[in-house]
Amino acid sequence: MLQFTNTALAGLVLGMIFAAFALALVLIWRSTRILNFAQAPMAVLTTYIALVMIEDGRPYWLAFVVALLAGLVLGAVLERVVIRPVEGKPDINAVILTLGLFIVFKSGAEVIFGTKLRTYPPTFGIRGIEIGDTTIGITTSDFFTIGAVIATLVLLVALFRFTDLGLKMRAAANNQEVAGLLGVKVGAMLTLGWALAAVVGSLSGLLIAAGGLVQPSYMDSIVVFGFIAAVIGGLESPAGAVVGGLLLGFSLSFVSGYLSAQLVALVALGILMTVLTLRPGGLFTATQGRRV
Amino acid sequence: MLTITELTAGYGPITALRGVTLTAEQGRITAVLGANGAGKTTLLRTISGLHRSTSGSVTLDGSTVTRVPAEKMPALGMSHVPEGRGVITELTVEENLRLGGLARGRVKADDLTRIYSLFPPLDERRHVAAATLSGGERQMLVIGRALMARPTLLLLDEPSLGLAPRIVTQIFELLKGLVDNEGLTVLLVEQNARSALSVADHGIVLNLGQVVADDSAATLAADDQLRHAYLGF
Ligand SMILES: Nc1ncnc2c1ncn2[C@@H]1O[C@H](COP(=O)(O)OP(=O)(O)O)[C@@H](O)[C@H]1O
Ligand SMILES: [Mg+2]
Repeated sequence: MLQFTNTALAGLVLGMIFAAFALALVLIWRSTRILNFAQAPMAVLTTYIALVMIEDGRPYWLAFVVALLAGLVLGAVLERVVIRPVEGKPDINAVILTLGLFIVFKSGAEVIFGTKLRTYPPTFGIRGIEIGDTTIGITTSDFFTIGAVIATLVLLVALFRFTDLGLKMRAAANNQEVAGLLGVKVGAMLTLGWALAAVVGSLSGLLIAAGGLVQPSYMDSIVVFGFIAAVIGGLESPAGAVVGGLLLGFSLSFVSGYLSAQLVALVALGILMTVLTLRPGGLFTATQGRRV
Repeated sequence: MLTITELTAGYGPITALRGVTLTAEQGRITAVLGANGAGKTTLLRTISGLHRSTSGSVTLDGSTVTRVPAEKMPALGMSHVPEGRGVITELTVEENLRLGGLARGRVKADDLTRIYSLFPPLDERRHVAAATLSGGERQMLVIGRALMARPTLLLLDEPSLGLAPRIVTQIFELLKGLVDNEGLTVLLVEQNARSALSVADHGIVLNLGQVVADDSAATLAADDQLRHAYLGF
């Protein structure tokens, strides 16, 4: 029973981390129909900013906030300077561009911060919670991770559903020309979409780093799972990203806990193929298939 | 009032408008007629700033708006309902309407109420996805959405396209009502010349990007030669 509970809890935390990464992908896909392959190294860069601040003795949460703000600026600047020129061009241009950015940011991080492993302090405690005299496999830090991702999801849904700004962002994402005719500043909405996505991406980077070791490639292992989670969720919906992340997190945790850690990648692929066979557009999408 | 002077526009080597001059009088419906490819859509797109003119000028209520980008036009009182209607299908009916109202900063509840009373079918379907609407309902939605910005000038590109004659009549009557009661100015692009002239005060006929006739709707409708040559009825 304890093993089951712990495996489930580990799956929950893992799923939330995938979800955060997938949320960031979804935000960009919604607003510009671009899959941002550079998201992981962007998050690596902003996490290093926080780590350097912490190592310099600045307050932990100040560094956390600065990393998120750095993400905001990085996302906005990228959209304006690099992505804008290829918007409306064939999709492959943007794909190649974000792959190029992936390489640039990753080598940039290696040059600036070096490749040696560095410790990133945890957000909160990393001891398992004690219930009676058993210690279960979830920590205060894990609670923070879960809470932060849920809060992000709730804020995003509220933004898109209940605010004028969210309505304009959705309009700009769905029909740029018509949105413009209705007075929506389409360019600004797209920039904002990228900026928000990069904030969420930075958050995922910080959550993964906290309590662990950081080097320029520390996000690599979750990138693939984050993409799979986003695609399972349908790429369109923030809720889909979280459901996709959780589905993947639980499955992988149980597979590695009860079967073998070697099978994890295979199972992830299996889940992806099953979902896409049953619902080609992903779980949370309108009926028509996705144009990728 | 909208004044267009010697407007020229094109697509690379193709010239779609050749020195078009016309006026849309305040509180009137001015119809722009002509065959497919005559340049009607290009004219509206150039007026509203979606397309750049190569020369000429556009003036709205006395101020020059020739180089003003499309997204600034609603705030200046110009609403353009594009060809193919431009319903945002992923949004609900009410979200589409609200979006129209945002051009004025905030959406006023009164404005929504007014649109729902002008178009009762929309009232019943407020919270459904706009994708589920019929052609007629979509046309009502985009006109309603444009009116949410409380424009002084409404540009309509082929609103009758694909609609049953009964619905076309209904929509044109409603436009007529708005023009007569509220002083709205309408520039109505139509291939369906017969219906358009029955509701318009004034008509302009375009052929290959040039104005070939500019007269009262009654005069145009009575001109057999013009009708046969350009209007197809
Ligand atoms: N995007 C475009 N690219 C190139 N040529 C175009 C484009 N849009 C329209 N045209 C050409 O411009 C001319 C006028 O077209 P248009 O304004 O759409 O006419 P109408 O609305 O009266 O049917 C036509 O010859 C058409 O082929
Ligand atoms: Mg046309």
